[in-house]
Amino acid sequence: MPGTVQSIERAATLLHAIVESGGQMGVTELAAAVGLPKTTTHGLLRTLLAVGFVEQDPRTGRYALGAGLLGLGSHYLDANELRSRASNWADSLAARSGFAVRLGTPAGLQVVVVHHVFRPDDSPQELEVGSVLPAHATAVGKVLLASRPALARALADARLEALTPRTVVEPAALLAELQTARARGWAEQLGEYRLGVGGIAAPVHGPGGLVVGALGVSGPVEELFAEGARPALRAMVVEAAAAVSRELLA
Amino acid sequence: MTERYVLAVDQGTTSTRSIVFDRAGRLVAVRQREHRQHFPRPGWVEHDPEEIWANTQLTAAQALRDVAGAPGQVVALGIANQRETTVVWERATGRPLVRALVWQDTRTGPLVEELAARPEAALVRERTGLELAGYFAGPRLRWVLDAVPGARARAERGELLFGTMESWLVWNLTGGTDGGVHVTDVTNASRTLLMDVRRCCWDPDLLDFFGVPAAMLPEIRPSVGVLGTASALPVPLPIGGALGDQQAALFGQTCFAPGEAKCTYGTGSFLLQNTGTDLVRSRHGLISTVAYQLAGEPVHYALEGSIAVTGALVQWLRDSLGLIGSAAEVETLARTVSDNGGCYIVPAFSGLLAPHWEGRARGLVAGLTSYVTKGHLARAVLEATGWQTRDVVRAMDADSGLPMEALRVDGGMTTNNLLMQFLADVLGSPVVRPMVGETVSLGAAYAAGLAVGVWSDTGALRRNWHRSAQWVPDPGRVAALDAAYPEWERAVQLSIAWGERR
Repeated sequence: MPGTVQSIERAATLLHAIVESGGQMGVTELAAAVGLPKTTTHGLLRTLLAVGFVEQDPRTGRYALGAGLLGLGSHYLDANELRSRASNWADSLAARSGFAVRLGTPAGLQVVVVHHVFRPDDSPQELEVGSVLPAHATAVGKVLLASRPALARALADARLEALTPRTVVEPAALLAELQTARARGWAEQLGEYRLGVGGIAAPVHGPGGLVVGALGVSGPVEELFAEGARPALRAMVVEAAAAVSRELLA
Repeated sequence: MTERYVLAVDQGTTSTRSIVFDRAGRLVAVRQREHRQHFPRPGWVEHDPEEIWANTQLTAAQALRDVAGAPGQVVALGIANQRETTVVWERATGRPLVRALVWQDTRTGPLVEELAARPEAALVRERTGLELAGYFAGPRLRWVLDAVPGARARAERGELLFGTMESWLVWNLTGGTDGGVHVTDVTNASRTLLMDVRRCCWDPDLLDFFGVPAAMLPEIRPSVGVLGTASALPVPLPIGGALGDQQAALFGQTCFAPGEAKCTYGTGSFLLQNTGTDLVRSRHGLISTVAYQLAGEPVHYALEGSIAVTGALVQWLRDSLGLIGSAAEVETLARTVSDNGGCYIVPAFSGLLAPHWEGRARGLVAGLTSYVTKGHLARAVLEATGWQTRDVVRAMDADSGLPMEALRVDGGMTTNNLLMQFLADVLGSPVVRPMVGETVSLGAAYAAGLAVGVWSDTGALRRNWHRSAQWVPDPGRVAALDAAYPEWERAVQLSIAWGERR
């Protein structure tokens, strides 16, 4: 485990100093408060300004906390809140498509199932809320990976487990698939997690536009990708995910 | 075969919704409009019946337009309504005499105490299967007749009409002053304290007791069967049925067999169990009510347990304590701990309803130690809904003796996974949620569709019902919660004792 990153620590100290001042501080004042050379302080402040974490009063040149920090807090979306808002749309997707529905949120290279609607055929099924799926082998997972380019790059160093003979374990091949998924706005799964099990998923966007989850249907590959069924199913999934995104805006 | 649709109007406490369903019971269009809540004095709650009628026309027309382009047609209208809300209007003008007295309105408290002191009061429970309480429509009607000068005389002359919300809507839909049909469905009539629950007709002794002239009462009709033609809609439709909202939810959940039960979890919660064609009289604090009646068939009865505060306790945690930002976050907070830390919350904010009926009980938080965190409080808040459900289910078991194989749930709180699992564990039986969460309007649509032949029988409706989720009891947790139940019961006793000392 590497040590802490000095510049991030220093930036955090600067932000704390601004908070403690109760308002605005000039660069000289700030440098003195945190015990850093003025040039270093200035460099840090320019970067914080660029990412919106501080703002500069154009008249006095003094620094205050930026609106970007506030945005960070409001982007956080409670998983239970997400389920509660998505529930009606997920039910309706299951009823219309005839397949089981899952809503997943990202957890590194995995997906946490936050909502699960049974396939509407009254067959024995177990509720999978709280369970974890491998991101690289599921449609919901691919949607989430595709939405976070930095995370997708981290795949290059990860060892991707071959869960079935169909699992894509070659990082370059997976990255190419993720790029396509990102461009199309949906992803598919054709037996990479469990042989014979397929899936179609689309992204759910939070109020700030970030992808906060993935909504998808899953079922036997031969039913899900039956001749002629595919485009209609895809449209239903994309439409339902968009409806949840709109619900989150309200 | 072209698709056939059914329009349901769900006339609720805060809004009126018009929803179109297809033959598979899937929701096709929804339109909604809220109406104003009037609070003229503390404890008084009123709605403007004309505003509600306007909202019904508007949303129904919008929903019909939404599906106008779809292949197939809407063939019937069904109504589900807020129960016990009382409307009195003039036959000649169609104008409400006063605003509707809403089921939450408590103004009849003193009147009911007066009535209860009379020697004939025992008659009420015997004939109606209900408690003599201001919660039901009869005392509200009596209040209006007393409060408005000349009203009783006008009612006796047949100039004034009484109805619960479905009566008012059917009368207007079928033409109002121009030949409007004055009817009520038997489930709504069973909530007035004026109906003989065995014979399902207005009871002359009860009318005498409450001082209500028979001339103003609507004709009692089955819940499923054509009541008239809704000529006031852009597309005239047969009105195929009407039900009180909780009975509609029971119907929408397809609880057609004795023993089958549903609970709707909202601000408060309502658990109804079908007891078949036999009336079961409760000895354990529940009420006996009509579940539904198909035209030409015997009445089906239900036992009902109402819980005043369930979701409202989560709202209290959010709005009054500020511990959570949204209702759903209670689960997040509750999951920060693994148990209630010995903490119990009895949410008797304005007394306890079924099975205790202790109007003076007041809420309490029991078992506080310095160990208890806000996470434990959040758990105790959710568990309060589970424990209260157990109280009602236990009373039902004792009264009906019918095995409840699973509890069918609906309503906003069913997206709370922690609560649903707790329910399964505390009841020791599976908890199942249906695919269509809109069980109230679905029940109204089913009633209307059955009447006009969209569905052949209740078996066809059962085949439409699908599970969307199921929570199974964990034997270890069931045993632990059985052991903890006396703690909850003790907390309830304390909340009752607290009220008595005031």
